[in-house]
Amino acid sequence: MSDEAQTIPGLGAPADTEWETVVGLEVHAELATATKLFSASPNRFGGEPNTHIDPVSLGLPGSLPVLNEKAVELAIRVGLALNCRIQPSVFARKNYFYPDMPKDFQISQYDQPINVDGWLELPSGKRVGIERAHLEEDTGKTVHIGGGGRIHEAGYSLVDYNRAGVPLIEIVGHPELRSAEEARQYVSELRSILVAVGASDGKMEEGSLRVDCNVSVRPVGSDRLGTRCEIKNVNSLRSLGRAIEYEARRQIDQLTSGQTIEQQTRHWNEDDGRTHALRSKEEDYDYRYFPEPDLLPLDPSTEWVEQICHALPSLPRDRRLGLAEAASSVDIDHIALAVERSMDELALAAISEGGAAERVMTHIVQNLADGAGELTAESLAGLVGMEEAGDLTATQAKKVLAVLVEGGGSPQDAAQTLGFEAMDTGELESLVDSLIAQHAEEWSRFCEGDAKLTGFFVGQVMKATQGRADGKAVTQLLNSRRG
Amino acid sequence: MTAVEIAAAVRSGQRSARSVVDEHLDVIAGGDADIHAFNLVAAAQARARADEIDGAVAAGRDPGPLAGVPVALKDNLCTRGLATTCSSRILEGWAPPYDATVVEQLHNAGAVVVGKTNMDEFAMGSSTENSAFGPTCNPCDTSRVPGGSSGGSAAAVAAGFAPVALGSDTGGSIRQPAALCGVVGVKPTYGLVSRYGLVAFASSLDQIGPFTTTVADAAAVLDVIGGPDARDSTSISEPQPPVSDTLADGIDGLRVGVLTELSGNGIAPDVAAQLQAAVRALESAGASVAEASVPAAVYGLSAYYLIAPAEASSNLARYDGVRYGLRVDGPSTPDMNTATRSAGFGDEVKRRIMIGTYALSAGYYDAYYGKAQKVRTLIINDFASVWEQFDLLVSPTSPTTAFPLGERAADPMAMYMSDVCTVPVNLTGQAAMSVPYGVGDDGLPVGVQIMAPALGEPVMFRAAAVLEASL
Repeated sequence: MSDEAQTIPGLGAPADTEWETVVGLEVHAELATATKLFSASPNRFGGEPNTHIDPVSLGLPGSLPVLNEKAVELAIRVGLALNCRIQPSVFARKNYFYPDMPKDFQISQYDQPINVDGWLELPSGKRVGIERAHLEEDTGKTVHIGGGGRIHEAGYSLVDYNRAGVPLIEIVGHPELRSAEEARQYVSELRSILVAVGASDGKMEEGSLRVDCNVSVRPVGSDRLGTRCEIKNVNSLRSLGRAIEYEARRQIDQLTSGQTIEQQTRHWNEDDGRTHALRSKEEDYDYRYFPEPDLLPLDPSTEWVEQICHALPSLPRDRRLGLAEAASSVDIDHIALAVERSMDELALAAISEGGAAERVMTHIVQNLADGAGELTAESLAGLVGMEEAGDLTATQAKKVLAVLVEGGGSPQDAAQTLGFEAMDTGELESLVDSLIAQHAEEWSRFCEGDAKLTGFFVGQVMKATQGRADGKAVTQLLNSRRG
Repeated sequence: MTAVEIAAAVRSGQRSARSVVDEHLDVIAGGDADIHAFNLVAAAQARARADEIDGAVAAGRDPGPLAGVPVALKDNLCTRGLATTCSSRILEGWAPPYDATVVEQLHNAGAVVVGKTNMDEFAMGSSTENSAFGPTCNPCDTSRVPGGSSGGSAAAVAAGFAPVALGSDTGGSIRQPAALCGVVGVKPTYGLVSRYGLVAFASSLDQIGPFTTTVADAAAVLDVIGGPDARDSTSISEPQPPVSDTLADGIDGLRVGVLTELSGNGIAPDVAAQLQAAVRALESAGASVAEASVPAAVYGLSAYYLIAPAEASSNLARYDGVRYGLRVDGPSTPDMNTATRSAGFGDEVKRRIMIGTYALSAGYYDAYYGKAQKVRTLIINDFASVWEQFDLLVSPTSPTTAFPLGERAADPMAMYMSDVCTVPVNLTGQAAMSVPYGVGDDGLPVGVQIMAPALGEPVMFRAAAVLEASL
């Protein structure tokens, strides 16, 4: 046996090394157009099978594609929002046989995509490079009948071409993500951008946003990329994280046990929580790309791009920066969450109405997860003001807030209706004193320094006052009685 | 009667469209057994349409510039509810749910579709022998081929089955059969006629055009089928002036070049002699004639036989047995695809799919498809400099007159050479047409090809009218 340290084949790293996960994502988003990319059939999710079709989307002999201008506009919006260069582009045919692809080729963009060289900024401030964001058409859907829906055991298959020809934008990111969590943040941010610019509804569960993950691992400190595997069938943010974690673990185990990674396309199985090999690189298709002769090169005018740029709504990143400036003491995650929930405008307005930033943000993050309903910025600011003045306890404020969300109105009226009027100090003092008398045992432990008992007494007060008391005032009273 | 004469008679009420159509259907019934120009004769539909036109005339409405004119359509033009086979088994049983743009245009102009004509399978061939339904014979000599791939359309017009037929021209598939059958055949400028509804062979080369017996008829048809179409992205978006209006303007002062690369080597002497006669006719009509050279034209055939198969390999992928046409079952979907395509396509189609697939494959793309596209650019540039010195170019349409059935069927290279004069113009997108000009030593028709720059149809037709009149 050799004394030399065992190394990982192909990596030259010692077997007990620390590992870094490297992830690059390819995201397909369906563009929110009224019609398909190359024909007038509706672009709508669902519907009776094979009802959103026409000669072009069925690829019937003699049919020809005509480019949907709206899809190009949406693609340019995405390109601009991702800080890409918008360039003249060419459609190409990607040739391979598959029954859900009517022409047995997909019209896509290959060596001259519409958007290139951009970046996306994560809420953490990290920038992830975008290689390209190009236009292409979607395929139909195949349903395998019999054999539990698995293709190899199916008795027969049915094809629904409703989705065939739906416009997609494929956004290819550089392999600059370093964890499953970062990948989730990237997709979440990308989705917010797509929704913000009106390019897509971003629904992963309906398949309008689909993610393919390229995962590799390498020893920490290495600047070489390991052999990657591409993971398909990731249908939610949750499974994205799970799939990457599983796959990275699998690759590390493989390497540390002396094996190498084979470049593969792998399928994520939600049920068993594993990835399974679909095909190896050698089995990969030769797509025989060539320029689509039925379409002209696409060269959007500078004026048009500028016009689209001017009409672009403010993006999640800018909105986060705006809110962070107004609420500088608030945690960045909470800022990001407010923007993600599209409540940043409400927060900014409430703050500028005089509401204390931290309290405003607390309500938005903790109490408004289901939406703001009828709540106005003015009443949110008013509510926060009453809390600050000690007119409402935190528990009461939450109840008032619920009323405002449900039916609008002013916080003062709502508080009155709920019977929340600040207790006077004398009432609270006599209540605390009687509770101390009733719970002598707990009181002596509190006096000996058992901090847990603070909660006990505050709880008792709240119970007796049905939440009317101010918890902070109770704690102060307890401390002053202890002497 | 010519198409122009028929339309005039029907529009003025002198003749009924029904009598015109009946007469032609009778000629077809009497003669097509020997020629096999048609894959399908739509007799009942044609009669019904003729009655509609007569009804319109009776009601005082104008049915249009082609009122009552019988038209035969190459069987790669989609006709709603009427089988469209491309002379292939793979499209067995398929009837399109829509009409090609040109079919709509003809209908709106009052024309009457009488049937679908035979062709080389998917327009791949130069003799109409590559048809799943058997060859078409040349009406001038039934032991000879009519040319191809639009041989059925050329033969239908030559045999008097219809005064007008439409074909498609990817590398000469209108002009070469027109020459071999002694009729007029036009390949318009790429983008002048909508390709919507033309079953694609090679998308960047395909163009629809008319066969007629006279130049004026060809002009009348082109004026109907030319023009912008929002359903074809490669369609030229500006309307063009009618060709018919300037037909009689003559060619005095025009500069005509005899294209040396297409008029010397490999051209049969009797064909060359007819070209010389045509050149003299143009000169005596006032044109100046000189030799013109497009050096890259000699590479046209090589570039064509890479680009056309490459596009075809992709265009024909959709015939997979899944959605329409033939299906031969197999244990899995890929097996079914293979069984269907093996049974459904003929040898020439398979040969070109294989060549095209190879030319586009990873590692070979640059050497084949990529190189061919560069040659194409070279040819376009060479022609562009010639157009600075000439208004029109002429050459033979085909190196020989019609050859015997079976002579070249087993020799693809000899067959491919039939297209040597016609292919360059498809690569450049320019306009060209074939005009019959006398006969060869065997008494069979010879065609002269007139070429014009893109959208040069008006001038091209003026020269064609001069040649026609000089005979």
